[in-house]
Amino acid sequence: MTDNGGKNHLLEALHIVKTFGSLRANDDVSLFVRPSEIHALLGENGAGKSTLVKIIYGALQPTAGELRWHGAPVTIASPAAARKLGIGMVFQHFSLFEALSVAENIALALPGAFDIAALSQKISRISKEYGLPLEPSAIVGDLSVGERQRIEIIRCLLQEPKLLIMDEPTAVLTPQEADQLFLVLERLAKEGCSILYISHRLEEVKRLCQSATILRQGKVVACVDPRQETAASLARLMVGGDIHVVRAKAKSQSGKPRLVLDKVALKQDGPFGVSLRDISLAVAGGEVVAIAGVAGNGQSELFDAISGEKLLAREEALVIDGKPCGRRGITERRKMGAAFVPEERLGHGAVPAFRLSENVILTRYASDKNLTKSGTIGRDAALGVSERVIKSFDVRKGKPDPEARALSGGNLQKFVVGRELDRNPAVLIVNQPTWGVDAGAAATIRQALVDLARGGAAVLVISQDLDEIFEIADRIAVISRGQLSEAYPASDLTAEKIGLLMAGEHEVKEERHAARA
Amino acid sequence: MPLVLEKRAERSTRMALLSPVIAIALTLITGAVLFAIRGIDPLHGLYVYFVEPLTLMWSVEQLIVKATPLVLIGVGLAVCYTANVWNIGAEGQFTMGAIFGGMIPVLFPAWQSPLTLITMLLFGIAGGMGWAAIPAWLKTRFNANEILTSLMLVYVAQLLLDWLVRGPWRDPQGFNFPKTITFDGWQLLPMLSGSIHLGALFALVAALILAFVMARMLKGFEIRVSGNAPRAGRFAGFSRPRTIMFCFLLSGGLAGLAGITEVASVVAQLQPQISPGYGFTAIIVAFLGRLNPIGAIFAGLMLALSYLGGEAAQVSLGLSDRIAKVFQGILLFYILACDTLILYRFRWLKTQVSATVQPAE
Amino acid sequence: MDAATAILLTIVTAATPLLLAALGELVTERSGVLNLGVEGMMVMGAVAGFGAGLLSGNPYLGILAAILAGMAMALLFGFLTLTLVTNQVATGLSLTLLGLGLSGLLGESFVGEPGVRLPKWLGIDILIPVSFILVAAVSYVLFRTKIGLVIRAVGDSHASAHALGYRVILVRYACVLFGGACSGLAGGYLSLAYTPQWVENMTAGRGWIALALVVFSSWLPWRVVVGAYLFGAVYILAYTVQTFALGIPSQLLLSLPYIATILALVLISASQRLTRSNAPACLGQPFVPDR
Repeated sequence: MTDNGGKNHLLEALHIVKTFGSLRANDDVSLFVRPSEIHALLGENGAGKSTLVKIIYGALQPTAGELRWHGAPVTIASPAAARKLGIGMVFQHFSLFEALSVAENIALALPGAFDIAALSQKISRISKEYGLPLEPSAIVGDLSVGERQRIEIIRCLLQEPKLLIMDEPTAVLTPQEADQLFLVLERLAKEGCSILYISHRLEEVKRLCQSATILRQGKVVACVDPRQETAASLARLMVGGDIHVVRAKAKSQSGKPRLVLDKVALKQDGPFGVSLRDISLAVAGGEVVAIAGVAGNGQSELFDAISGEKLLAREEALVIDGKPCGRRGITERRKMGAAFVPEERLGHGAVPAFRLSENVILTRYASDKNLTKSGTIGRDAALGVSERVIKSFDVRKGKPDPEARALSGGNLQKFVVGRELDRNPAVLIVNQPTWGVDAGAAATIRQALVDLARGGAAVLVISQDLDEIFEIADRIAVISRGQLSEAYPASDLTAEKIGLLMAGEHEVKEERHAARA
Repeated sequence: MPLVLEKRAERSTRMALLSPVIAIALTLITGAVLFAIRGIDPLHGLYVYFVEPLTLMWSVEQLIVKATPLVLIGVGLAVCYTANVWNIGAEGQFTMGAIFGGMIPVLFPAWQSPLTLITMLLFGIAGGMGWAAIPAWLKTRFNANEILTSLMLVYVAQLLLDWLVRGPWRDPQGFNFPKTITFDGWQLLPMLSGSIHLGALFALVAALILAFVMARMLKGFEIRVSGNAPRAGRFAGFSRPRTIMFCFLLSGGLAGLAGITEVASVVAQLQPQISPGYGFTAIIVAFLGRLNPIGAIFAGLMLALSYLGGEAAQVSLGLSDRIAKVFQGILLFYILACDTLILYRFRWLKTQVSATVQPAE
Repeated sequence: MDAATAILLTIVTAATPLLLAALGELVTERSGVLNLGVEGMMVMGAVAGFGAGLLSGNPYLGILAAILAGMAMALLFGFLTLTLVTNQVATGLSLTLLGLGLSGLLGESFVGEPGVRLPKWLGIDILIPVSFILVAAVSYVLFRTKIGLVIRAVGDSHASAHALGYRVILVRYACVLFGGACSGLAGGYLSLAYTPQWVENMTAGRGWIALALVVFSSWLPWRVVVGAYLFGAVYILAYTVQTFALGIPSQLLLSLPYIATILALVLISASQRLTRSNAPACLGQPFVPDR
């Protein structure tokens, strides 16, 4: 390790090992955080970052190894014990309660007397002081993702932490919101609070952090000063080799539109859903169109509307290959040549307890004649398709035809995408194609999507990952609060412009438009 | 807590087969303890309860007769529960099957032809289906909890039967007893062998057909997806309301068939009590059979044995036949507990780990 | 006492077992656990209460035994669903089946015995004021204290509660046991006050109606009171009309509470706004913390 100065570290994690069954999630990991520094913990999905911070936060117990706080060995038995020491954490998947109010959510994390009124005042004061506006009596389920993150941050700040752990905080923010967050973090560090900043976004780590520990496959591979590194050198350390770049960017000339959305509207489902308003878009054969946006702005609703899981009011609102099908179900749309990959792999895209071959039947029983014979299932045919997908997408598995839940996230995603691509669809809609997937699998999937489009299909990708969007998209539209912007050529857009659209620039325009009409 | 559950990567096929066996073994051990507490030699008690009924021809016949309604209802419920559709009102559907089927001989006592029996059976099925359609419709239309509505309808059906046999359908020559005329001729099911009636064949055929449907047919696939991962079911284009309705109509129809076969054979008339709780015991049949129609055949025989054993225990051991219900309840608990081992394994959490992180003071 | 007061009192008397059982189940469900075994816990409370009262001659010991019996059943349920992570629906059903069977066996020698009766206080069963206090206490604890906040939080998102360091399983055990105690008490009320005798299956579906009341109340304690008294009124209506011998079949009147339950469920479930907003998000979901 670079240094081992003992007493001048706020936190030391020494030789941490954590195993889950046969998996070594952390393998002899050591980490040192100095007072008042912003320390990055870098690594790919599955590198062991989350496991390590959960151990530091007391949510997991290490299999072996030692934690030191101000140089003294400590056992952090629970998150409550961590908070008592002065460790706060903002989770990537927020630990919030949707049915409770902001103040109640915060009260749950605080020890001591229970007085919602006094707490609400305190929340208002702190939120004003740090420029993180929040209404204490609001119900969390009604708030945006950015606002929810503010609750988590204020919840930590109220405990005056000495170490704040932030797990991928910008994944859910617009670029502008992220900039705002960086200011808050820098101010906190100046006030004496150390920050352990988990990310795989290299640019922001270079900008924000003074030191960085890099994990790969559960091991520490380097401890560096990110300001002295280039994004490329950090990436090499993280991935352990050169990164695969999607090839064949050359766009074929625009074919005729194969997927057309015409003023798609859908009422919100449930108290915490998003309504879709007047969404229009045309995707031509041969191109990849991406829809960017911050999580929870109507992406899953839009996916349901296009896939046919939710039917539309007008038949003409959705046209696939020239045929209107807004009021037809998902099975009919599949028969028309459309294919769909939802965001959630387990329980939506695949049945967790079913074997891969059975999961082939799930989406293809109607469109593949040889999978069913007079109401019975062709098990051999399904197995054949499954093996073909496994082979062409290099799906790694422990045994022949395993249950879907036994696969790793990346491998299952390759299978779910491959199952649809194997049909050679005319139109493909993918929601978050590489969410929580390792870099190798992500590269495979992105390449496959581009190749499909270049073969003449219309490909629509819904994604929150801007890097991914710029890598594969020919045109980009942005969704915010259930409204979709115009689709701009990718080469005309900057991250800044997308950020403004994510924040709802196009919504304003439409409202003015409506007022004039 | 030193002993913790750990999720298995995949369901354990070995445990899936072993768990009912372990559950039955644990029930027998519990039974032995209960006998010992009552001052009965445990081995003798178990012998009388669980073995002796199998050694006599007539009681083996009785076993099959009692298993008939249990299997008929149990296979339907197995399909329901696979789909995560909770029909627990089979007792009511059984009763309505008996009422609707029994209507024919009560209202047309002189009609004697093979068609009489066929009509009775069809009416019985329709009665059970109709009664089951109510909670299904309330669920799909109003999202009303099907567990509660189907159960409430059990009480209503039983009260309806009570009213009928005490009122309009009472046998005028019946000395004021609350019962209808006794069925005979083509109003009764033909016998297969001894006291075993045609219903046993219905149960066997129903189980075989449903086993094929569930394992090999797209309909069975749809039901399994719908119960396992409803969101994936919608993604596959399967309609959840249709699945709910299908499962209720299927299980209700089978329960209705069980009801009419029971009154057209063993009971041979309508009376306030026509079932020792078959509709509820069949819930245990479905679970003990691992929600598998073939498994339900064995489970039905096992639970029929628990009824017979209860009667034997009353005669030979001086115990109450209510002990049968207790055994059935305990058995279901053990099955559910053992099923945990299919998806989870037990692991001892090593406590000495934290010793390395203790502050050295 | 005028006629109106008398009628009101009989309604309240008939409603109290429903109110007690529903209140306990409400707390259980608020913590995210669906216990369909209310009927079984209640009937065990009834038989244990009656037996203990009969054998000791002390109705208060009877009540204590009823509560303990309900809690013992709840503990069994908790062990299966919380520790062994079994299916809550199936386990609740089996709790009811076991309770009905076991109570029948245990109570065999009690049939026909004259039981002891819980003394009245100003002409009112003492458990009636107790039920009022319990409603107020549950309402206060759930919505005005940290303990209640934790219970609601665990029911809303067990993953978040776990991440914050709350002992989800422990909270749920406590709520399940409280539910069992209330159901046991409700059963004891039936066999020691309402009709001081033991009859097999004497709960007659009241446990199930209590479950329906929780849905009907959309998980709010004061609405449980409204619902319970409405059902009490239906019971009393059924019995009163019967005595007038209007030629209405008694079976039709007896089925009124069950039909009313179905209607109430339909009405409340059709209004999604009411059921969805308060329904605990984790209701019936199993929880296994990763370690």
